[in-house]
Amino acid sequence: MSLRLTARGLSVGHPGRPVLRDVELDVAPGEVLTVLGPSGCGKSTLLRALAGLLPPTGGELLAGGRPLTGPGADRALVFQEDGLLPWRTVRRNVELPLAIAGLKRAERRAPVADWLGRVGLDGHGERLPRELSGGQRQRVQLARALAGAPRAVLMDEPFGALDPQTRAAMQRLLLAVWEKERCTVVFVTHDVDEALLLGDRVAVLAGGTLAALHEVPGPRDPAADRSALRALLLTQYT
Amino acid sequence: MTARRRLLRAAALLGFLGLWQLLTALKVEAWVRFDHLPTVLQVADALRTQLGTAVYWQDLAESLRRICTGFALAALLGVGAGVLTARSRTAADLIGPVLELIRPIPAIALVPVAIMLFPENEQGIVFITCAAAFFPITVATRHAVRAVPPRWEEAVRTMGGGTGRVLFGVVLPGALPGVVGGLSVGLGVSWICVISAEMVSGQYGVGYRTWSAYTVLDYPGVFVGMATIGLLGWATSGAVELLGRRLTRWLPAPVPAGVGA
Repeated sequence: MSLRLTARGLSVGHPGRPVLRDVELDVAPGEVLTVLGPSGCGKSTLLRALAGLLPPTGGELLAGGRPLTGPGADRALVFQEDGLLPWRTVRRNVELPLAIAGLKRAERRAPVADWLGRVGLDGHGERLPRELSGGQRQRVQLARALAGAPRAVLMDEPFGALDPQTRAAMQRLLLAVWEKERCTVVFVTHDVDEALLLGDRVAVLAGGTLAALHEVPGPRDPAADRSALRALLLTQYT
Repeated sequence: MTARRRLLRAAALLGFLGLWQLLTALKVEAWVRFDHLPTVLQVADALRTQLGTAVYWQDLAESLRRICTGFALAALLGVGAGVLTARSRTAADLIGPVLELIRPIPAIALVPVAIMLFPENEQGIVFITCAAAFFPITVATRHAVRAVPPRWEEAVRTMGGGTGRVLFGVVLPGALPGVVGGLSVGLGVSWICVISAEMVSGQYGVGYRTWSAYTVLDYPGVFVGMATIGLLGWATSGAVELLGRRLTRWLPAPVPAGVGA
């Protein structure tokens, strides 16, 4: 069900001036890969390439072993903010992937209500995005991304604009949802602790290349000691 | 709207009419001369008489029909051309230069073209009305479409949405606030041009009637025509504004004037 994503010698950007160069990456089905790096290192570019929004200028990209030709419902994208369509209510935003998939109005109702409940937004369905807090909007984005039952979810610093408490709550929510769905997740962040908390592996991007790839000891286990990797990442990251 | 603001608006209108009445009734001559202008009461009298005639209502209906047809056509064509030129480089290269060349020509200067092009006067007037509104609507739409955040489109495309979904589900609703601005401006220009065209080549219509009142020195009649144009313009642009507000309720609520800094 979940999707394998593979980059072989991937370059993206303008010919002669690539934003990403020669990236070798294999994201296993059901894995959570966190991508760490400073601003401008090409994190978002990698994510957009995986989403199919940016065509590779070199190398190749595979989704489930087949060449990736463009965006599709199997790879959902979650943005840092303002990803919701502001003229659609919360409910109509969440049902959007289902409507695109061709489900009838009556068939959409139950899954949308289910997802709104799972992200803790019961009773907010008829509100407009501008009437919600930043954290609530990200909950809606998460629900919308997952309502279409994608095989991979690509997240571009989804909690980067939230205050620390809301961010921690969203991380717990994401993990709870992922436990059940087990879809492949590529999660871009510039926060070392967030990368360690969520990921099976951490990829470090620097200057448009893949600088390092680390296995996280005891992924998502609150008891695991990751201080050594944390120290290493802090040096690599800067 | 608060009672205070309604009162202020009514007072402004009454003040304007009062000043006009005063200047014309006293036949003030101070470089500008008000001695030939009809007073408000004379105009009101003439209006009362005209309201009882079938011709007045026929003219009004005729002008409204022309503007509605021309403006609706312009809205369709203008939004279409705006979206096309903003979204497709080929379209921008193909129709952009022609549009930019025609755009500076005042629509009313197209009267000779309209007369040669169309078998009937009527179609010519609608054509001029349409041409007038077309450009502001096209330009506003083009800018509004370009200003739609790409991320909304990316979101829909990564949900599997195709071109149609992106166009009707993202681009058009996202550009709507800007399009409404273009419609508002377009309607104003449309009124100017429908009245001018009627004055030049009409056989009915408020513009035609206003001009023919002038040619027989019926000055109160001229002012009845002007007042009618003003009221019609006000009502139709109010309707467009209202529709625009209804459709863009999702926009962040504006900070009311006078609040804050």
